[in-house]
Amino acid sequence: MNREELIAAIKEIASPYTGDKTALDQINEETNFITDLKINSANLVDIILDLEEKFGIEIDNDSMSKMLNVKSTIEIIEAKLAENDRK
Amino acid sequence: MTKRVVVTGLGVVSPNGADLTQFRHALKNGMSGIAHDPQLEQLLFSCQIAGKPVIDEARMSRYFTELEIRNLESTGIVYGVIAGLDAWEDAGLEPAAAETPDWESGTVFGTGTSGIDKFRGAIYKLDNLQIRKLGSTVVAQTMASGVSALLAGKLGLGNLVTTNSSACATGTESILMAYERIKSGQATIMIAGSTSDSGPYIWGGFDAMKVCTYKHNADPEKGSRPMSATASGFVPGSGAGALVLESLDSALARGAKIYAEILGGHLNSGGQRGAGTMTAPNPIAVQRCISMALTASGVHADDVEVINGHLTATTKDTLEIQNWVTALGRSGKDFPYINSIKGMIGHCISASGSIESVASVLQIHEGFIFPNINCEDLHQEIELLVDPERIPRICLHKEFNLLIKASFGFGDVNACLILKRYAHE
Repeated sequence: MNREELIAAIKEIASPYTGDKTALDQINEETNFITDLKINSANLVDIILDLEEKFGIEIDNDSMSKMLNVKSTIEIIEAKLAENDRK
Repeated sequence: MTKRVVVTGLGVVSPNGADLTQFRHALKNGMSGIAHDPQLEQLLFSCQIAGKPVIDEARMSRYFTELEIRNLESTGIVYGVIAGLDAWEDAGLEPAAAETPDWESGTVFGTGTSGIDKFRGAIYKLDNLQIRKLGSTVVAQTMASGVSALLAGKLGLGNLVTTNSSACATGTESILMAYERIKSGQATIMIAGSTSDSGPYIWGGFDAMKVCTYKHNADPEKGSRPMSATASGFVPGSGAGALVLESLDSALARGAKIYAEILGGHLNSGGQRGAGTMTAPNPIAVQRCISMALTASGVHADDVEVINGHLTATTKDTLEIQNWVTALGRSGKDFPYINSIKGMIGHCISASGSIESVASVLQIHEGFIFPNINCEDLHQEIELLVDPERIPRICLHKEFNLLIKASFGFGDVNACLILKRYAHE
């Protein structure tokens, strides 16, 4: 899965959690979930659960704490997918 | 100087009417909201009938965001938020602006438990070692203050935002707590109300105590029989009621519709002394609660025209009537009119006091006394105390000035409030 496809997947998952649809339309690697998309920090855990389900991965606590913007989220998803491939 | 307190908004989600218009119609026409519940039958309940409000999906989206509806498994929160927001709208009030809370408005919104279905789901996940799959919604849906917190957020309430709990007295207690807040000048507007979840996990404990009827599974609408010779236990119900209380000054200043005035009331406990236990009321405490409510309101027992009783359709109904007779010093033809809505909707547990208070306010405002259903065979011991004519079986259209409402709860706790018809000056 390339980066554009990953961003599109993140956008779809983040959609119900943000009221700022304009910011969502402009989503890119630099987008921060809390400051740009105005997502309630309590909902980050729900987004991560949805990503786990979508990609068939499991995200550990350390990785979770880094997933504040799209770029770090993509990196973690890619790393976890790669781990799955090695298994 | 204390403030006079009036009711300016009503909201209700009842088994026999899930909004104020439907509820008023059902009340006047003695319509039952009790139905057979297949889930209770499947789970081998003795009592397989219950009162559940009907809320359709289209209505949900008017009160909750798409995100809130996701994973929403707390019926009590659904009922409570709908009733609270309806009451606010009925009072002609708007939510606070985006940046500043409404410091003068708050809520006391009670419940017995909260989100019991949500809690059940969370426990199954935990025990299956899936704690990480719980997500963020468990706390907000299982905390007792779930409804008050959601109402505060949706309306921007900036005064006291809290939750009370006193079993079946919860709803009436919430009104008196909110009343005190306004009377003492600490708030201008308060949403008072209470809610109770639906379903087997809230009702199971009562079924196991054998306090619910098992004799009417085939004729649900006949099951809840307050004051009847054939009363055989209560029928479990659920829902929510909410009242907007407001200082008279504020209501007059904004030209609000005034439903009734709250003159006062009293809250007490029998301390589980004398005849009082966890589940049985101490009659001395009940009588004292009624007398103290009259004193606090500056009215005399002879002024009472209508009683909206607790009257659950158990063997305790006769004792309750005896307590009213003793406390008011009135009996036979001299007894006030008395009614219980539980014949129509069952016993809505922690929501009972607020739903019944909404019914009480409607009666005094619109000048009617709703019919007692399912007590065509009045209990003989009650008939010895009160003239049957004082227990209307058909709706009476009659203007009156003073109503007394009481609720009694497990833990030997009592709540009693007094409503006066508001004469527009």
